[in-house]
Amino acid sequence: MYDFLLPDMGATAPILLVALIGVVLVVVDSFSNDSASIPWLSGAVLVAAITIELARVGVTDSAFMGHVMSGGFASFVNVVILLGALGSVILSVPYLSRTGHNFGEVHALILIATAGMMVLANAGSLITLFVGLETMSICLYVLTGLVRDNERANESALKYFLLGAFSTGFFLYGIALLYGATGTMMLSDMPAALVETGRTGFFAGGVALLLIGFFFKVSAVPFHMWTPDVYQGAPTTLAGFMSTASKTAAFAALILVLGRILPLDDVGLDTRHVLAIVAAITMVVGNVLALAQRNIKRMLAYSSIAHAGYILTGLAAGALGYAGALYYLLAYTVMNIGAFGVMSVLEWDGKQGAEQTIDSLAGIGSRKPLLGVAMGVFMFALSGFPPLAGFFGKYFVFAAAVDAGLTWLALIGVLASVVSAYYYLRVLVAFWMKKPEDAHVSVQSAAFDVPLFSKVVLVACVAALIALGIVPGFITEAAGAFFVTPEATALLP
Amino acid sequence: MELALNWYLSLSAVLFVIGVLGVLLRRNAIVIFLSIELMLNAANLALVAFSQTFGDVNGQVLVFFVMSVAAAEVAVGLAIIIALFRNKETVNVNEINLFRG
Repeated sequence: MYDFLLPDMGATAPILLVALIGVVLVVVDSFSNDSASIPWLSGAVLVAAITIELARVGVTDSAFMGHVMSGGFASFVNVVILLGALGSVILSVPYLSRTGHNFGEVHALILIATAGMMVLANAGSLITLFVGLETMSICLYVLTGLVRDNERANESALKYFLLGAFSTGFFLYGIALLYGATGTMMLSDMPAALVETGRTGFFAGGVALLLIGFFFKVSAVPFHMWTPDVYQGAPTTLAGFMSTASKTAAFAALILVLGRILPLDDVGLDTRHVLAIVAAITMVVGNVLALAQRNIKRMLAYSSIAHAGYILTGLAAGALGYAGALYYLLAYTVMNIGAFGVMSVLEWDGKQGAEQTIDSLAGIGSRKPLLGVAMGVFMFALSGFPPLAGFFGKYFVFAAAVDAGLTWLALIGVLASVVSAYYYLRVLVAFWMKKPEDAHVSVQSAAFDVPLFSKVVLVACVAALIALGIVPGFITEAAGAFFVTPEATALLP
Repeated sequence: MELALNWYLSLSAVLFVIGVLGVLLRRNAIVIFLSIELMLNAANLALVAFSQTFGDVNGQVLVFFVMSVAAAEVAVGLAIIIALFRNKETVNVNEINLFRG
């Protein structure tokens, strides 16, 4: 009787697999508390899901009567999300063991959050959009407040939770108004419904509220206030997870929504201008505020706000910029997982690095050359230095903005990324140019070694950034194909 | 029918605005959280009203999802507030200000 469900479940296998193992881990954890097998299981299921998705990048399909996309664009984004999750899981094991918080449920929550992100990024209707967003967010609130006995972690979790739930309210009201304006929940039916009804007040209000929800999730200015507080107080590797995978998922969903709304000329113009203005403010504010930070995690948080601005520049360019934005999301995921990974090794204040200043990292480069070189690559990549992936990411989104007639926006972006070089290179000055003796006495004596798992991830991130920088065409061709082929026009009309 | 829809939507808009104002003006974390729930339920009311008018079940399906999501959010949110209260003995958001810059 339910035969028709089997192909649908096959098409969404990676999401279901990750969610299922997430639930299984909760059960395993309750029988064998914090068992050492849990991280291995969660790593294995993430690798399996990546393998399945990689095999399906070439085919575009949908499941559950169009409510969930699969293959093509969806697979590409899922691979990026899963890579971010895999990197975070591997980095989290040594990090959380050292701080005494390597609970089994952490990995269960990461997997369920990942499943939510994939649902969000593959959404074919407003219902899946909402369910995916909330599955992701609720798990992330818990992960932020993981260190229950620390006041800062509590504060981060509370701020994230209250502001996140507040933005969910706007997001949901936006969905309700869009539904009222078009009479359908399916994203693919919306263009036709809009042609019929025209642009109503409901529609404009719905798009505006939906965009507020999205801007909050990708931490675009003026909805960015939570980001620095949350990243500073959350466990470092999990902050890396939040800043990469959840942002990728939210941007992918934003592309799916905009892809349907923007092509209608009279509607597109306004929304595109809003995106361009938000992108410009986000780039400027993120980079300028990052200049003043002394804590590295806070600086990385402002840098992630600035990067959201660069990616929004690509989205403001319309269909031209989507492929560039996808490439940027991949590059950004790799370099940010790496940067947070380095910081997770260099933490000895017992407060998730919430009080560590950049000066405390003086001379790390000569004490631990591997960390110094890796951090150098990540910082150069984040600031957009030519041979590395970060440069091509910026090049693709800014070129798309120029092609779309937004030269002023590309100009602001280039100037903002020049400013960003200052604070990224300041980290490298502390790492390499200062002597270990410059650091505070307590830091000089701090004993730390680099766990094998962390080394593996950091080396892999460095290699990936160089490879993506040398042959960027491989990815952009794959990403560009989603937005030109006939199947893709069916996906994104 | 048209009149009925407008009545529902007006009530929903009023509830939503009350919720937003509650979040912005109140300083007790639990009352803020309550106001957020009011916003979600305002959206639910609008969804049900639209769904009824269109004779389309999708809107009401989403309402069920929203209710279960809101329940999960309550579980997580109250746990976070309790964890904070154990450490700081306050739920006033003005006194929760360890981070600067």
